Amino acid sequence: MIGLIGKKLHMSQEFTDDGEVVPVTVVQAGPCFISQIKRKKTDGYDAIQIGFGEKKKANRPTIGHFKKANLPPLRYLTEIKVDNIEEYKLGQKLDVSIFKEGDLVDVTGYSKGRGFAGGVKRWDWGGGPDSHGSATHRRIGSAGATTFPGRTWKGQHMAGHYGNERITVKNLKVVKVEKEKNLLYLKGAVPGPRNGRLIIRRKK
Amino acid sequence: MKLPDLKVGDLVTIYYKTVEGDKTRVHPYQGIVINRRGSGKSEMVTVRKISGGIGVERIFPLHSPLISKIVVKKRGKTRRAKLYYLRERRGKRFAVKER
Repeated sequence: MIGLIGKKLHMSQEFTDDGEVVPVTVVQAGPCFISQIKRKKTDGYDAIQIGFGEKKKANRPTIGHFKKANLPPLRYLTEIKVDNIEEYKLGQKLDVSIFKEGDLVDVTGYSKGRGFAGGVKRWDWGGGPDSHGSATHRRIGSAGATTFPGRTWKGQHMAGHYGNERITVKNLKVVKVEKEKNLLYLKGAVPGPRNGRLIIRRKK
Repeated sequence: MKLPDLKVGDLVTIYYKTVEGDKTRVHPYQGIVINRRGSGKSEMVTVRKISGGIGVERIFPLHSPLISKIVVKKRGKTRRAKLYYLRERRGKRFAVKER
């Protein structure tokens, strides 16, 4: 399930040959470098660790870790499970050419943080009437029944922290690949703000 | 395709591919640009013409691959960005001063 680490740039649109407009998200994906190879024998599972982006400051243990792969320290790291571990070499470069037009990918990112949000925003409640003497504008209505159960159910929708949550969007189509600029054009939206970090994996 | 310098008020002919049954042909559409909006890939123009006494408006995405050619026939001089007032005009009055 090979993948890349990337950065969300912006949204745009592309045309198909018959003139239809496709909404796309432009993602700068890679180049990534394999910084560690984990093997079943030593680590209990097969995976590659890939790194992306320049790290301005690094402490000595970090430098040492990348030195094993003969790489400069990289800012973002992630592990990706792969089927055939023997295909990959330490220090190997991975770029957008692992994907081609028409591929399906899963994209993982952190959604935009909304802080402590009320129930109307967080759970899509309808809210109360705005006028005619109403006092329940955006309040919680009822939090449960009476003597039975005598408490509020677990999972009752309430106000609280919303967003900044790890979200995976599955089966996005790769509309275009620009190899020179390391850009991927993915159909539809991906989680997170602009410049947010993403993990783009081949569809499971 | 490189876009011509297209402004609101210009008289243009847009050659647009249309599919009729299983045939495709290029259909020329001529009229006055009354609106241009959007930026980058999503730029669009509204082109108005009077066809057989009936006003017709078409909106074209400028970067659509279905546009094979855009020819500017006349340059128009306008004092506003949207020429919606032309919708109330017929015949001789449906025109923009030339630049």
